[in-house]
Amino acid sequence: MHPMLLAASEAATGSAPAWTVTLMQWAFLIPLIMTGTFLFHLLLSKKLMKVAGEKAVSAVGILAITVCFFMSLGIGYGWIARTNAPPVHETPEYVAAEAACFGPSNAERSGAHHASEGVNAEGAGHGEETTAGKGTDGHGADKPKSSSTSDHGGTPEPGGTSEHGAESGSMELAGGTVLLSGDEPAVGAATGGAKEEHHSVVPVCTSITWFEIGTHTYEAGTIVDGLSVMMLITVTLISMLVHWYSTAYLKDDVRFVHYYAFLSLFSAAMLFYVLSNNTLQMLVGWELVGVCSFALIGHWWEEKKNTDAALKAFLTNRVGDVGLILGVIVLFFGAGGSSFNVFHINEYAGSSGANTSLLFVGSLLLFFGVTSKSGQFPLHTWLPDAMAGPTPVSALIHAATMVVAGVYLVARMYPTFFVGMDIGNGGNWAPVGNYVAIIGAITALVGASLAFVQHDLKKVLAYSTVSQLGFMVMALGVGAWTAGVFHLFTHAMFKACLFLGAGSVSHACHHTFDMREMGGLEKHMPITKRTFMLCSWALAGVPIMSGFWSKDEILAGAQQGQNGKPYYAILAIGLVVGGMTASYMTRAYHLTFKGEYRGHAHPHESPKVMTVPLVILTFLAFIAVFFNIPKFFTDIFTGTFGPSVTEKVAVRFEHFVEPTWVFVEGIDHPKFNLIVAGVSLLFAAAGWQIMKRYLTTGIATGATAKPGVARFGYRLLENKYYLDKIYEQGVRDSVRGPMARASYWFNMRVIDGIVNAFGIGARKFGDLTYKYVDQKGIDGAINGTGAVSSEGGQFLRTLFGTGKVQQYGAWLFGGAVVFAGMIVVFVK
Amino acid sequence: MLVNQFLFLGAALFAIGVYGVLARRNAVAVLMSIEIILNSVNINFLAFNAMHNQGNASHADGAVFALFVITVAAAEVGVGLALVLMLYRTRKSIDVDKIDALKG
Repeated sequence: MHPMLLAASEAATGSAPAWTVTLMQWAFLIPLIMTGTFLFHLLLSKKLMKVAGEKAVSAVGILAITVCFFMSLGIGYGWIARTNAPPVHETPEYVAAEAACFGPSNAERSGAHHASEGVNAEGAGHGEETTAGKGTDGHGADKPKSSSTSDHGGTPEPGGTSEHGAESGSMELAGGTVLLSGDEPAVGAATGGAKEEHHSVVPVCTSITWFEIGTHTYEAGTIVDGLSVMMLITVTLISMLVHWYSTAYLKDDVRFVHYYAFLSLFSAAMLFYVLSNNTLQMLVGWELVGVCSFALIGHWWEEKKNTDAALKAFLTNRVGDVGLILGVIVLFFGAGGSSFNVFHINEYAGSSGANTSLLFVGSLLLFFGVTSKSGQFPLHTWLPDAMAGPTPVSALIHAATMVVAGVYLVARMYPTFFVGMDIGNGGNWAPVGNYVAIIGAITALVGASLAFVQHDLKKVLAYSTVSQLGFMVMALGVGAWTAGVFHLFTHAMFKACLFLGAGSVSHACHHTFDMREMGGLEKHMPITKRTFMLCSWALAGVPIMSGFWSKDEILAGAQQGQNGKPYYAILAIGLVVGGMTASYMTRAYHLTFKGEYRGHAHPHESPKVMTVPLVILTFLAFIAVFFNIPKFFTDIFTGTFGPSVTEKVAVRFEHFVEPTWVFVEGIDHPKFNLIVAGVSLLFAAAGWQIMKRYLTTGIATGATAKPGVARFGYRLLENKYYLDKIYEQGVRDSVRGPMARASYWFNMRVIDGIVNAFGIGARKFGDLTYKYVDQKGIDGAINGTGAVSSEGGQFLRTLFGTGKVQQYGAWLFGGAVVFAGMIVVFVK
Repeated sequence: MLVNQFLFLGAALFAIGVYGVLARRNAVAVLMSIEIILNSVNINFLAFNAMHNQGNASHADGAVFALFVITVAAAEVGVGLALVLMLYRTRKSIDVDKIDALKG
C-alpha cells in the first residue's frame, strides 16, 4: 500500500462497524430471502389468495423486498465506512479479506501476483528494489515499493485529505502501462505520476465450495464491493417500488400470484447475479433473469403477440448467450484453467504476461452476451417487443435492472475488457475506437432514431432505453468506467419513473399506450405529468437533473479518452444522440400531456400507491446529482462554503463505487469540460426546440408521418432498419427452408447412415462374438475344465476308491514313507 | 548310552505291525497289529526319554507319554473290538477284504 494512503487510513478514526461487516458477509441472504419468497408464493400463495386476498399476497412480496432493501442500505453504509477506513495492509483483517476474495489457492496466486508486479517495476527502472520484491514472502513486494516512492520524492503531501488526491501532479502515466492495483497502487507513484489516488479497498467476500474436480476446487460466493453494493441498492429499491406499484396496476389480474412469484424470483436472480464472485455463477444468475423475463413478458399469454414477444426475447438472448458461455470458457483457460473467479481473471488480464489476443477474443465473446442482454445494436430488437409485458415489469426488468446486467458484466470484468479491447490506447480500431465503444455508439444512435417514429408511449421509452444502454456501453468502451456505471444508476431511477409514469397514463386511459389516443393529460393527471416531465428532463439532459451529469461525464470521457487518446468519433455520435434524445422525449411528452385529449376514456389521476413511487423516483433522479458532482464544481463550492460542505454534499460516487482492488491501475477519470457540457446542452436545446416548433405548428397527431422530407427515412425507421425483416427472412426463413431441408437430408443420409452403420456393424460383431468367442471359446473352456475334472475323478475313483481298508492303509504308509524320504533327503 | 538297539527294536516292531495291518485279513489280527505299532512307538518314547534325562528319575515325560498311549490304545481296542463284533453279527465275517461298502 502506498505510504501516503497508509497514513491516511491510520489517521482515519475507527473502521466499519462490526455489524455492517457481518451484514456484508451475510449478503447472500438477500437473494436467499427473495428465493424463499418465490417458493412461498409458489407453494402457499394460491391458498393465501383465497383466504386473505391479493393484499396479503403482495404484502409478503413487499415485506421481503423491503427487508432486502434495508439490508442493502446497511451494506451500503458499511461499505462507505470501509472505504473511509479500509483494512490496513498486512493486518490480519486485510490478509483474511484478501484470502477470502482470492479463494483456496490464494497463497500461490498471491505469490505469482507479486512476482509479476516485481517484473513490472523492473520494467519501470527499479531493478535494485525488485530483487527484494521477488521474495517468497507474498507481501514482500510492498516494502521496496514504499522505499522507492520516498526515493523519488513523488510522495504527495501527507495527511488524510488526499484520497482523490493530488491532481496537481502530472497526469501522465509513462508508456500507458496498464497495471492491476491488486493491493498497492504504488506503480503509479513509481513512474513518477501522482495519479488520482484511491484507497485500495478490499472487498468483503464469502465463498463456499461449489464442486470439486480432481484437485481443483470451484467456489460459489459473494463479492461485496462498491459496484455490487450500488447494484444491490438500485435493484432492491426499484424492485421494492415496483412491488408496491404493482398492487394497484395489477389489481384483479388473472395471474396475480404468478406475477408476484416471478417478481420475487427475478429479484433473487438479479441480486444473485450482482453478488457473484465467479463467471460461472454469474452465468447462472444471467440465465435466471432471462427465464424470469420470459415468464413476465408472456404474463398475459392469452394473446399471441405477448407469447411471441416472450419467445423473441428469450431466443434472442440465447443467441448472445452462446458467445457469453464461450467467453467464460476462454477466460477460464486464460486465467490458468483452474478458476472462474473474477478476481483471478481480472488479475490475469492486468498481469504483464497476459495474452492480449486471448483477452480480445474472450472479451469479444463476453460482449456477444452483453449485446443480447443489454439490447446492443444487432440484437436489440427483442427489447421493444418485450414491452408486451405488464408495465411495472418493463420498468423493473427492461429499463432498470435486467438489461443493465450486460453493462454490469463489462463493469465487473473491466480489466479484461480494458486490456482485451485496448481501451487505454484509443481502442484496437483506433482512431475510431474499439468494438465496445463503436457498438455502444451505434446502439445509442439506432435506438434514438427509432424512438422518433413510435406511436406507442412504452415503445418510445423502450427505444430510449436501448439508446441509453448504448450510452453506458459506449462509456465503458471509452474507459469512462465511473461515468458508465453512474449513468446506469441515474438511468435506473429516471427510466423506471418514466415507465411507471407511462403505466400510470395507461391506467388512466383505459389501458392503451397509443399516444394518438392521448393528449391533454396534464389537466387530469398533475402528479404523473410533473414526475414524467422532470424525468424526461433527466433523460434529455437538463442540467438540474442527474441525467445531464452522467451523460456529460460520458461525453467528457469520450473527449478525453485514456492516456490522452481521445475518442472523437464516439464523442460526435454522443452529442448528436443527446440532441435526438431531447427531441424524441419532447415529442412523447407533447403527444401525451399537451394539446387536447383524443381518446375515449375518462382520464383520472392514478391512486396514491402508483403516484408515490413516481415521486420517490423523481426525487432520487434529482438528488443523484449530488452523488457525483464533478470536481470542477466541488472546487468552486469549496471556495464558497468551505470544505465541509462539499465533503458532505458531494458524495463521490466514483470514490465509493469504483472497485479499486484488482482493477485497472491508473485509469483516467474524465474531468469536467465546460465546452463539452456547453455543446451537449446546445444540442439538447436544439433538439427540444426543433421538435417543439415542429409539433406546435399545427401538424399535431402522427405528425412525423406527414411531411415528404424523408419518406424513405421514415419508412426505414418505421421498419426498424429492416432488422426484424432480415432476421425473419434472412435467418429464420432460410433456416426453415433450404437449411432445414439440407440438414434433414444430411440427418437422414449422412448422420443416420453413420449411426445405422454403427448399429449394423455392432450387431454383426455381436453375432460373431456370440458364436465364436462366447459359445466356442469361453463356454468351451469352462465346460472343458468341468469335463477334465469329471473324467479325472472317475479315473482316480477306480484307482483309489476301492473300499479296501488295507489298500487305503497301504497308500497311507506309502505316502508316509515318501514323505519321510523327502524329509531325510531335503531337510537333512 | 546308546539308543540304537531300542530304536532298531522299535523300527522292527513298527514294520511288523505295518505288515500285519496291511497283510492280515482277519480284522482282529489287524487290530493286534495296530497295538504292535503303538507299542513300537512307546519303545521309542521311553528310549528317547532315557537318553535325554540320564539318571534323572524326576523327568519322565516320555514315560508319561507312553502311559497315555497305552490308555488310548486300550480305549481304541475296546472300540475296535466292538466294531468287529458288530461286523460279525451283520456279515458273519470279519474278513477286511470283504468290508468294502464305503468304496467311492
